[in-house]
Amino acid sequence: MTTAAAHRTDPAGAYGEDTAGTAEFERAFDAAVAADERIEPRDWMPDAYRATLVRQIAQHAHSEIIGMQPEANWITRAPSLRRKAILMAKVQDEAGHGLYLYSAAETLGTGRDELLDKLHSGRQKYSSIFNYPTLTWADVGAIGWLVDGAAITNQVPLCRCSYGPYARAMVRICKEESFHQRQGYELLLALSNGTPEQHAMAQDAVDRWWWPSLMMFGPPDDESQHSAQSMAWKIKRRSNDELRQRFVDICVPQAESLGLTLPDPDLRWDEERGHYEFGAIDWTEFWEVLKGNGPCNEERITQRRRAHDEGAWVREAGAAYAVKHTGGTGGARA
Amino acid sequence: MTATVPMTAALALGDDALVLSHRLGEWAGHAPVLEEEVALANIALDLLGQARVLLSMVGDEDDLAYLREERAFRNLQLVEQPNGDFAHTIARQLYFSTYQHLLYSELAASGGPFAPLAAKAVKEVAYHRDHAEQWTLRLGDGTDESHERMRRACQALWKFTGEPFQPVEGLDAGFSGLETAWLESVGDVLRRATLTLPEGARTGAWSAGAGRQGLHTEPFGRMLAEMQHLHRSHPGAAW
Repeated sequence: MTTAAAHRTDPAGAYGEDTAGTAEFERAFDAAVAADERIEPRDWMPDAYRATLVRQIAQHAHSEIIGMQPEANWITRAPSLRRKAILMAKVQDEAGHGLYLYSAAETLGTGRDELLDKLHSGRQKYSSIFNYPTLTWADVGAIGWLVDGAAITNQVPLCRCSYGPYARAMVRICKEESFHQRQGYELLLALSNGTPEQHAMAQDAVDRWWWPSLMMFGPPDDESQHSAQSMAWKIKRRSNDELRQRFVDICVPQAESLGLTLPDPDLRWDEERGHYEFGAIDWTEFWEVLKGNGPCNEERITQRRRAHDEGAWVREAGAAYAVKHTGGTGGARA
Repeated sequence: MTATVPMTAALALGDDALVLSHRLGEWAGHAPVLEEEVALANIALDLLGQARVLLSMVGDEDDLAYLREERAFRNLQLVEQPNGDFAHTIARQLYFSTYQHLLYSELAASGGPFAPLAAKAVKEVAYHRDHAEQWTLRLGDGTDESHERMRRACQALWKFTGEPFQPVEGLDAGFSGLETAWLESVGDVLRRATLTLPEGARTGAWSAGAGRQGLHTEPFGRMLAEMQHLHRSHPGAAW
């Protein structure tokens, strides 16, 4: 690929030691970002850029694997074999997304084990939305329609993120997420047009998932801790409030087509702005869930840790076998 | 063509796939490593796809899956056994996938009513068998702990391994030849995994063998209760 700006490959150990050299690298990096070029793993990048990416990609990867839990909760109870196949495929996709993302983080020098350790010890976070419970089958639909819908709104701009491996992973993830969003919508549509009990189940799920979905875009722009620098680095390309507004504008007509209502009495079309106005978000709830006080924070991380700990002997066996059979130290068992 | 599909045989094959798929689906979110989340779900999805084709040959797939009572299911007792630890899941898969691969290879070549399904499924099952073999080697020949867990798992499920070779009405297969090939293959994998073929009965009064006649083990009723609950709570509803 030809590039307008000169990317500078980082010679081992150069940055951080030679100030004059670093300044030159920094200019090349800034020029590449300004020219909308991709930064690749071997390019020089500021430490803070690297750290920001690792934090964001890790949080995204963790969200994928924790996000498997609330949906897997319904695999064994899926009410038809067709729905069961769709749901299993979706949860499997999420494991696959986790794999791409941990690999993207690895290109920045941080391995999966280290990131999982940070998740398990609470030093890294996952999306708070997964701390809400899936109480009925309709929640599977609401997650697909609203949670995956919000995720896509957030993630489509990331396909143009300045960091190459992350941007490319996002292209594939967004394609699959779009399928997830449609299956959720279609599931809710079947319920909404079904028996009165099914319709009520769908409405109840939308009532419970609507506000937490709006919170997925993060705090308002003026309170967002990481936004400004991420926008400058083109890691993030649209502001939280901008994305939230876009999501609401998409969802309102979809809710009408579904025959369901959104639980916001202040929701109305604003002719002048060309957008839907919506009511105030309860940010106290958001911060509480983020701090660990949501309905399922404890359960989610406990299950994750348990799966990891109970699987330790399996991973050790795989590693021991590899050593024995690749000419390593251990001999075959007698 | 549907008129010639033998009901008993379709239910036997379909229920094996349906029930084992369900058990594997229970692993979602609990697997020991992320790659196995993908692999176990993949096997579960293949089996579910096979079950849907087989059940649809003889009725409505959802009626058959969700509205039959425990005694009407024709699956092997082997596939309904709870997941246990990862070694039990792998031992169950090794025993079943080896059997299914041998049987489906024969059915695919038979020209009977199951030949088209078997010809497609046998390619999937070859991967399931390989996956189970690869893990059997790693667990058997990994650490002392994994060796001991794999040994125990193979032993615990051994009594369920005679049942697959009981003749099934309408299933045109040479079961005694299949059994010989199965013993040879499983014996070889276990030997390479530094394990030995378990001892103890595989048929007879104190072994399993009546799943095909609708007699199941205690955990199966609980599994069905969970699987069927929602569907049965809304009679006649579409999903």
